[in-house]
Amino acid sequence: MKKIVLPTISAIQEEIIGEFQTLEGDRERMLTYIMDLGEQLAPMDTLYKNEHNTIQGCMSKVWLTYTRQEDRLFFEGDSNTAITKGLISLLLRVLSGQTAEEIIHANLYFVGKIGMTQLIGSQRSSGFANMVKEMKLIAIAQKAERGA
Amino acid sequence: MLNASLMSATPPHNIIDIQKIREQFPALHQHVHGKPLIYLDNAATTQKPQAVLNALAHYYQHDNANVHRGIHTLASRATAALETTRHSTQQFIRAADAAEIIFTAGTTASINLVAAAYGQAQVQAGDEVIISHMEHHANIVPWQMLCQAKKATLKVIPIRDTGELLLPTLEKLLTPKTKIVAISYVSNTLGTINPLKEVIQQAHAHGAIVVVDGAQAAPHLPIDVQDLDCDFLAFSAHKAYGPTGVGVLYGKRALLEDMPPYQGGGEMVREVTLAHTTYNDLPYKFEAGTPNIAGIIAWQEALNFIRQIGYKNLRAHEDELLTHALDLLGNLDKVRIIGTAPNKIGMLSLIIEGVHHLDAGMLLDANGIAVRTGHGCTQPLMDFFGIEGVIRASFAIYNTKEEVEQLAAGIARIVQQKT
Ligand SMILES: Cc1ncc(COP(=O)(O)O)c(C=O)c1O
Repeated sequence: MKKIVLPTISAIQEEIIGEFQTLEGDRERMLTYIMDLGEQLAPMDTLYKNEHNTIQGCMSKVWLTYTRQEDRLFFEGDSNTAITKGLISLLLRVLSGQTAEEIIHANLYFVGKIGMTQLIGSQRSSGFANMVKEMKLIAIAQKAERGA
Repeated sequence: MLNASLMSATPPHNIIDIQKIREQFPALHQHVHGKPLIYLDNAATTQKPQAVLNALAHYYQHDNANVHRGIHTLASRATAALETTRHSTQQFIRAADAAEIIFTAGTTASINLVAAAYGQAQVQAGDEVIISHMEHHANIVPWQMLCQAKKATLKVIPIRDTGELLLPTLEKLLTPKTKIVAISYVSNTLGTINPLKEVIQQAHAHGAIVVVDGAQAAPHLPIDVQDLDCDFLAFSAHKAYGPTGVGVLYGKRALLEDMPPYQGGGEMVREVTLAHTTYNDLPYKFEAGTPNIAGIIAWQEALNFIRQIGYKNLRAHEDELLTHALDLLGNLDKVRIIGTAPNKIGMLSLIIEGVHHLDAGMLLDANGIAVRTGHGCTQPLMDFFGIEGVIRASFAIYNTKEEVEQLAAGIARIVQQKT
């Protein structure tokens, strides 16, 4: 079995913070950057874009699925808007491929550091929080299942 | 791409001084994300002139008292001011009688009042209510609720690709069973001005009454309810430079007299015993509870503002902005204009191929430009055009050609970067 070697959650967050620093707080550049990330995200198979995989409470439509390999979780996500896709892409970069344990305890401080709430507004931020919550719930459920 | 010569076209001499008007609107003078605010979401709600803000504060600072109830000085001042506004509102829409002006919380509340009270009394199983395909949800859902409760049928006037009513179909939809035709004067997504007089004449010829959603008309067109001969008219103060939480329901006196009350409570009664209640005269019969006194009194200042400018000037200015916007955006690649009726108000809805409206809205907001993005509470209309939502810029008297140019430049940039 090949061992998966991934940067830690904090290392990835530092990377993201660094990338946003180069945008110098320029709102339009930050949004465009996030949208570009969204456009690069591989689209999800429409098969998975169903009610079951829909995350509630987001302004845009958001779908999330996952697969498990050993104790690691691999997420896939999509949205109908580029900005939300970009936000998903950031989340996947940080959390996808990590262990359930790490996901459950992840402190996503990069969100505050890059000024996400000011950037996307409170309504979208709560949608973003719902995405994080959903990923953590999946991790909790998976951990419980494996432990059982 | 944008035509440079159009961008620098010198504006023709204006009879009204837009800069002077802008000075009356404190909220316009601010920066959003470091850019000067360009407020183009006027169809959702307009900004308020200083006189309206002053009137709100003045009422609470000096005259605050409940209306129609006290004999003390403050109560009579507040009551007098509120009734003055009722008379001004009567003149504003040329109603025959001030008793025909009922103050509500807004267009939505006004339409619900008619659907519940008139509908309850007049619509029976098997009857029909007709709406159009371009209605705001506020002029759809109350009728659906009524039809469901009464086992009546809801019929829909179809529209053309231009966003105009397919008027010839109305004649076929109307039957002796049709009790109500509910229709907007002006569409809040397309800007289309509907041929109301024709609709009303046809409906009346078949014995149906007509309820007009005037929410988008009041800020742009002079309304004459007697000339139109509409039976009910609803609109909101906040879309016409007035405060939020104030709406108007006009109804023909005879219909209002016949109509059972909507909500029960104080103000709407003459005498209450535990066994029986007699109702107050019009318009109080339909104004249960304490109204938005401050808002209604301040609405007077919005009426003054509109009167001072005059609808002719308003329309001329807003038309000029629309023409300018169409010159700049009408032929832009990847941009599709939704709503191309020749007779429309100063409003422009569009979609950018390959760019979600929410993404476009965020990018415009980053440049200080406020537009509406989404279905605009007209989901059936979005279905008709096969789209999910639009980017809507709606103009008011205080908008400038420079702002329209900024909007066009913002959209052109999105097209360039994102498609
Ligand atoms: C055509 C139309 N009808 C009804 C409404 C509802 O108005 P309000 O929210 O003020 O009740 C609106 C406002 O968006 C509108 O544009």
